[in-house]
This record gives sequence, C-alpha cells and structure tokens, in this order.
Amino acid sequence: MKQSTLIWTILMVAGGGFLLFQASKGNGRVYVREIPVEATASQPDSEPQVYQWTKNQQVPQSEKDDPGVSFSLSRTVGLWVAAFCTLAIFSFLYGDNPLYKFTEAIFVGVSAGYAMVVAFWTEIATNLFAKLLPGLARITFYPDIDSTTRPELLYLIPLVLSILLLWRLSPKGSWIARWPLAFFIGATAGIRLISYLETDFIGQLQSTVMPFLVFASDGSLLWDKSLKNTVFIVGVLSCMVYFFFSIEHEGIIKYVSRLGIWVLMVTFGASFAYTVMGRIALLSGRLVFLFNDWLGI
Amino acid sequence: MLDFLQHLDRRWIFLLMFIAVAVPLIMGTTFPEVPSDQVMAVFEAVDNLPDGSNVVMALDYDPASQGELQPMASAFTRHCAIKKHNIYFMTLWPQGISMIQNSIGILQDEYPETYKGKYGTKYVNLGFRAGNEGVIKLVVEDLKKSYSTDIHGTNLDNIPLTKNLKNIQQVDLLCNVSAGYPGSQEWVLYGSSPFDIPTVVGCTGVQAPIMLPYIPDQLTGMLAAIKGAAEYEQAIINAYPELESNPNAKEGLVRMGPQLVAHLLLISLILLGNVIYIWERKQGLHQ
Repeated sequence: MKQSTLIWTILMVAGGGFLLFQASKGNGRVYVREIPVEATASQPDSEPQVYQWTKNQQVPQSEKDDPGVSFSLSRTVGLWVAAFCTLAIFSFLYGDNPLYKFTEAIFVGVSAGYAMVVAFWTEIATNLFAKLLPGLARITFYPDIDSTTRPELLYLIPLVLSILLLWRLSPKGSWIARWPLAFFIGATAGIRLISYLETDFIGQLQSTVMPFLVFASDGSLLWDKSLKNTVFIVGVLSCMVYFFFSIEHEGIIKYVSRLGIWVLMVTFGASFAYTVMGRIALLSGRLVFLFNDWLGI
Repeated sequence: MLDFLQHLDRRWIFLLMFIAVAVPLIMGTTFPEVPSDQVMAVFEAVDNLPDGSNVVMALDYDPASQGELQPMASAFTRHCAIKKHNIYFMTLWPQGISMIQNSIGILQDEYPETYKGKYGTKYVNLGFRAGNEGVIKLVVEDLKKSYSTDIHGTNLDNIPLTKNLKNIQQVDLLCNVSAGYPGSQEWVLYGSSPFDIPTVVGCTGVQAPIMLPYIPDQLTGMLAAIKGAAEYEQAIINAYPELESNPNAKEGLVRMGPQLVAHLLLISLILLGNVIYIWERKQGLHQ
C-alpha cells in the first residue's frame, strides 16, 4: 500500500470512528417544540374567522428534556441526509468518485425540479392563469381574488408567445419558436441598453468627474481626499489608454498604458482576494453546519 | 525537503486548509472588528431612518451562498427589527424563499413583541417571482403588476402593508443581499440609480469589485463578503449592546477567525510556491 493511501485511510477511519462516538453520545438528533399559531382572516361581509394550528420549532439539544419538547425523526433524517450530501461533495477533493457523482446529480435534479414548481405556482398560476381566468382561479387556488375582478385579455399575448416558444419541441415548424425568441431578445436588449447607458456609462462618467485637489471650508488642502481622487482619476485614464488600440503604444502612451496594466493587475488581485475570502466563508459555513448542527461539538 | 514540496500531493493542501478553518471554528476564536466607513454608511442608512419606516428586503441568494451571506441577511433583519421597521421580503431566486423564512424566524423568535402575529401589518413575504431584472423594472414602477399576491396567495390589496404601496419608490430603504445574477447590480441598474431609491447591498466577495464603482453616488453602501458582515455585526453591537449576549448575532464575527488563519496559510503557500519556483530556475529546470 502506498504511504499516502495509508495515511488517508487512517484519516478516514479516524473520522468515521469519531462520528460513531459523537452519535453514541446522542448528537445528530433534532428536537422540536410545538408552538401554537393563530391567524385571523376577515372578509368584507362576514365575521372575522380565527384559525389555530401548531408548528414545530427546532430547539437546542440542551433543552431536550424540557416539557413540550420531542424528538423529530423527519428532521433528524433530514439532518443526516444534509450531512451525508455535504461529505459526499467534499469527497471530490480526494478524487472523482461515484458518491460525488450521485450527490451532484441529486443536487442538479432537485434544484431544477424545485425551481420549476416554484416558477409554476408564482408565475404561471398567479400571473397568467389568475389574470386570464380570475373566476376559475378564485374557486380553485386563489379564494382571495375579488369576485368582481375581470379577465385581463392583454395577458393572452404572453400566453400565445409561450405556446409559440414550445413549438420548438415539435418535429415540424420548430422555426415558429424564433418569433417569440426574437421578441424576447429584442425587448431584453432594449431594456438593458437603456439601463447600462444611464447607470454604467453616464452615471460612471459623472462619478469620475472629480477635483484633483480637495479643499476644506477653511481653505486648507485635504491631502487624503486629494490623493484618493488623483489615484482614482489617473487609474481610470491609464486603464482607458491601455485599451486604446487605434494608435501605437509608443513614447508617453507606452508608459501610461503600462501604468494601466499595473492598475488592472491590482484590480484583478483584489478580485481574486475577495473570491478567496468568499470561498473560505462558504467552507466555514458548511463546517459550522457539520460541527454544530450535526456533530454537536 | 524541496524535492518533497516540489511533488506535494494537492490533497495535503486541502487537509491543511480544512484544519486552518476547522480549528478556529471549534475553538471559537474571534478577533475585534472595526467597522469601515463603507459599512458605517450601511449602518447609518438603516439606523437613521425613523422607527417604523418601510424597508424592502430583497434576499437574492440560495443555500449554496448561505455560508457567506446569511450572516449579513440576519444582521440586516435584526437591525431593522430593533428599529421596528416594516419589512417587505422578496426574492428573485427560487431557493431564496427558504432564506426569507430564516429572516422571518429571526423576527418571530427574537422580536416577538414587535413581529409575532403581525404578518401583514409589520412584515410581509412577497415571495419569489421569475423574470430577473424584468421583475425589478416592474416593482419600481408598479408593484402589483408583478406581485398581485403575496407568497400565501393573499391579494396585496387585502394586506395593510401593501394596500397603499404603489411601487418600490415609495419605500424608505432597499436592502439587497445577493449572490449573483439577478442581484445587487440589477437592483442598481434598474432600481436605485434611475429612480434614486436609497439602496444598501450585501454581496459575495466575487461581486464586491463589480459593485464598488457604484458607491457612493448610485449606491449608499455595501457589505462586501463575510468581512463586511462581521463589521456590520460589530457596528450593530456597538450601538445596541444588548446583542452582545446573543450568539446568533455574531455569526459573521465567529467566521472571521477561520478567515485569518486560512489567509495566513494561503499567503505562506504562495510564498513557498515562489521559493520552489526560484529554486527550480536556479537548478535550470525552467528553460
């Protein structure tokens, strides 16, 4: 057996042993307390109706012996599944393996399915079905819709466009799907163009117009603000010169564009550092879940 | 030794990183944080509003980014709750609904006197809408064109908080926590910048350099990554010391311990990598 394989096997066995030890101490179990919930619904022509039910609130393990607290099997299973999935994804760091592939497939499938169901109920059902057929929507899923609400026939246009889009799946006439697609692309491009022009172009130009030298109300020079503004303006101009390819980068232009490269490198470095910080935060978030919620360390 | 490092299995580096993050977490190591000007701009934007102001909380992230963004979403929620603000939750991410539930849990469990049983009068959950920036464009002009009902299917005209709310321009502050697209940049492009809506954002480290140019003219303030969250938590604790005893209010602060150790490890590895590279060049291994 290779030395590294031996060390990693020892580490895995030690981890598994520690896990069993923690589980034997009663960790990895979820306890809940029943909380009463009350809501009052009111209709314009009737008396207010009070609805009461209970919901389960998770409590720390230290409160497991308190009155009203009980063991929750479903949440405990959920906790172990979450921990298993986390470890299975982490196992990719050791090397690609079937466990990782299995968990990755579950993640992709569940995410897609969840997004589809949520989008159906919040968009197609609420914003299309309920607008076109408010009467039917009221007696089926949305009793809160006013009985005087009239159908909004304008919503037939998105309905027709959506059906045309689905034509893509048809063996014949799939070109019909290009019409709604062209509409969406055109509309999106138009919306984005205006916003980018307004915010990213004109707005950023306005923000860059600033004085090199900043003076206080008593006339004294504010060194820190002046330096900040100078670095800002020089940085912007030198980066722009670097991307100006219509003239040859020679003489003074060469030095300014080289300064622009340095500014860009510093920016990329800051970006990378922020990314590293983000990734470490994600790792610590998962470890907090494993250590606190699951292992109870 | 150098020969061993030259052919070091990358899995040793993973193990070192795991230890660097895990040990400070288990030990509960924290370091003092001093809120920066940028973070204080966010704090003041929420704190300077009169009690009971209207705040939109757009939580555009999912469980994959929870480790980085949940501390700042929780901090935003606590700060608004302390100020007794009316909160409108919404999300442009399908999985953001459960993130909103986390924040509502904070309101009900930690501030029951203000928020428990006050759904519709102190807070409302508008839920998710598909359409990315299209939704933002609609809600800033006509909220009910995009959100005719809340997450429970209740008509917005029957909810006291939303009954008279025509659009997002009428609220006092927009707080956005974002993990990418659609998120902070879209809120600035289609909301805060064209309509001058006071906006503060909390975003991932990856987004932070993209958002920085918008400050301060188009964006009031920003919490950048977990560092921003920790500083914001510290600013809230400084102003409201009763939170000092609440461990949940220090999620970001606790996660800065691992950040320091992991960054020291990373810097050491970069230096070590360069030493090996220079050594290899001297040995003539690089032509």
